[in-house]
Amino acid sequence: MRLQSAIARNRFVDSLFAILGLLAMLVGLVTLLALFLGLALDGWSRLTWRFFTSYPSRFPVEAGILSAWVGTTTVMFVTALTAVPIGVGAAVYLEEYAPKNWLTDLIEINIANLAGVPSIVYGLLALGLLVYQLHLGQSILTAGLTLALLILPIVVTSAREAIRSVPNSIREAAHALGATKWQTVKDHVLPYATGGILTGLIIALSRAIGESAPLITIGALSFIAFLPHPPWQPEFPYLSFQWLLDPFTVMPIQMFNWVSRPQEEFHTNAAAAGLVLLGMTLAMNGLAIFIRARFRKQIKW
Amino acid sequence: MLPSSPQVEKARVKDLNFYYGSVHILKNISLTIGEKQVTAVIGPSGCGKTTYLRCFNRMHDLYPGNRYEGEVILHPDYVNILSPTVDPIEIRMRISMVFQKPNPFPKSIFENVAYGLRVRGWTDRAVLDEKVEQALRRAVLWEEVKDRLTHPALTLSGGQQQRLCIARALATEPEILLFDEPTSALDPTATARIEELILDLKTQVTIIIVTHNMQQAARVSDFTAFLYLGELVEFNKTDKMFTAPSNRLTEDYITGRFG
Repeated sequence: MRLQSAIARNRFVDSLFAILGLLAMLVGLVTLLALFLGLALDGWSRLTWRFFTSYPSRFPVEAGILSAWVGTTTVMFVTALTAVPIGVGAAVYLEEYAPKNWLTDLIEINIANLAGVPSIVYGLLALGLLVYQLHLGQSILTAGLTLALLILPIVVTSAREAIRSVPNSIREAAHALGATKWQTVKDHVLPYATGGILTGLIIALSRAIGESAPLITIGALSFIAFLPHPPWQPEFPYLSFQWLLDPFTVMPIQMFNWVSRPQEEFHTNAAAAGLVLLGMTLAMNGLAIFIRARFRKQIKW
Repeated sequence: MLPSSPQVEKARVKDLNFYYGSVHILKNISLTIGEKQVTAVIGPSGCGKTTYLRCFNRMHDLYPGNRYEGEVILHPDYVNILSPTVDPIEIRMRISMVFQKPNPFPKSIFENVAYGLRVRGWTDRAVLDEKVEQALRRAVLWEEVKDRLTHPALTLSGGQQQRLCIARALATEPEILLFDEPTSALDPTATARIEELILDLKTQVTIIIVTHNMQQAARVSDFTAFLYLGELVEFNKTDKMFTAPSNRLTEDYITGRFG
């Protein structure tokens, strides 16, 4: 009898915890869903083709996000292009080349710390270094480099994890055939780690896409009614990099600008822009999941 | 009387000592590896047999804190494999290795076998085709894979994967082939095929095989070395070792009294 009552009490605590856990999960999920629904209800009516092809305007119904989404896309492009070689290079060095000593340990701890530095601090750093010292201006290039610095710790950490997941037996197989370290890395380790590296990069980018603080710090415009220069030109060499030095705005800044206006209609615009930004983030995370699944299917250890 | 050492030498190990950090793992090992013969290394777990094998292609150089002492002289040019002035990559190009678990690259069957050649700078497709086919034939895998050379190597069975690894090691025509317990992850049928293959290959290449399976050593090898706690207890012709071992410890081990 005493045994049974003890079991009953344990069972009760067990189910109590299950219910508490379920509630905790619902708090997060329901809040998120409510936020999303609110945004969707507010902004849905503004999501027309013209919204994507119009510049911001004094008149809420004519205002659009053309300069904002072009800005976000170009800045993300520069960010990815900068963060990948530097991040992967650092990860390869730390995992494959660096001797295991206190200096390496110190660097590792600091990379973990850098991931926690507030983004506005990166903005201040970029303002001092990129804008004032290197005279890169308040440009797409400066913004891309700033966000690249911001996500670099995440890219390095996830790339290291991907590199570490390549079994050592593969490295030994390559070395045993007479491959150098670099041949082993470029022919085996990196190709097999690509899925993990790309997944980490995309997740880092989807963090960067929502950043506004560091970009405001370096001087992003909040009202911009023209596009950057096109990346091509009619004369040789046909490619143009003028756009890198053009001023820009990005989606979160455009949103903030609209939210801070008194007119109700502008708030609707902000909600619509928020939906677009959310869509961009979800699409990037979806891409990350797709890439991960694809590479998992190809390579099973 | 049977010679207790091989007649034509391929390598001579002289007073080999190996340290991992401050741990003394291999102690004063001296023996001779016969040209185009199979030398088996047996002994209980932890006796240092794999450590010993990995001295031959300087695999220990990949990790910090290791130190070799003594010499392994490779014939015919009398180069000391362990000398710090000798490039381990050059050694690994002359001495190939097959590992305990099949470890094909997650690439195509063809690219697996061709990799050693590519590392050596071969790019001519016709030459690669020819050498890959030759290696796969020598590893008795050609008939099974000739119609699917572009398929991923990981779609092969475990036994086939291990023969692919043997083909990969053979493609560059090594002077010595090292086997580190090559059948420990395989079923008996696949094991039998690998052993058959080893007997086949010994007419062409010098083989050193580490095994924890004494019967396997008895079946495939000409000479056997028995290692215990990092020391070479006995080195002898295999038939002699398994019928009339000269050391009491060897006898106890091969009759299963310990290990």
